[in-house]
Amino acid sequence: MVQKSNSIIVALVSRFMVPFIQLFAMYVIAHGHYSPGGGFQGGALLGASILLLRLTVGEQPSNLVFHTRYGTQMSGFGVFIYAAVGVAAMIGGGLYLDYANLPIAGIEPAKLRSLGILFVEIGVGIGVMATMIAIFDDLARGHFHD
Amino acid sequence: MIWQIELIIYILLVASAVLALRVKDLLASVVVLSVYSFGSAFLFAVLGAVDVGFTEAVVGAGITGVLFLAALYHTTRKSKD
Repeated sequence: MVQKSNSIIVALVSRFMVPFIQLFAMYVIAHGHYSPGGGFQGGALLGASILLLRLTVGEQPSNLVFHTRYGTQMSGFGVFIYAAVGVAAMIGGGLYLDYANLPIAGIEPAKLRSLGILFVEIGVGIGVMATMIAIFDDLARGHFHD
Repeated sequence: MIWQIELIIYILLVASAVLALRVKDLLASVVVLSVYSFGSAFLFAVLGAVDVGFTEAVVGAGITGVLFLAALYHTTRKSKD
């Protein structure tokens, strides 16, 4: 396992930085359909914040934020959200990922498209974050685990 | 677009790429490679592809450096044979 840093300045500054990185990642995911960014970039930022904790404060404290064993499960869960939004649009009577046909009552189609792509971006973000962390954990240990 | 800024970025890209190949220490090589990725992210942003530049800055300068570091922990400085 990657050993943690001995410098208290590195540990404190990275622990201070991590919530702001995660907040910016949430902004990037939530504004992905208005501005540059989106699910992949926001998910990579979320993963990078957890990797920063893994590198600086060690594996045990960073497991409190994101446990090692959840990496593969969460990446599968992100793909599930993506696919579930697509299938929900099919259930509503449209094509796969045709957001205007999502079965949510009382919202006009333009708003529904905006909402549907937000769900998809959330799924992509969760999947990318968990995949980055899972790759790093496997690399750091030198063998597969889940 | 301002050609002076582009020229500076191109020089930085070529210099950091050559330096990443030439430097002996693998850890320093990874850091210089992150500098290369950051320079190319600047170049993408200057050329108008903000989305690509954002991705390059996050993945190229952030994640791949960490992954290379994790792989470097399994290497030794001196070879056995």
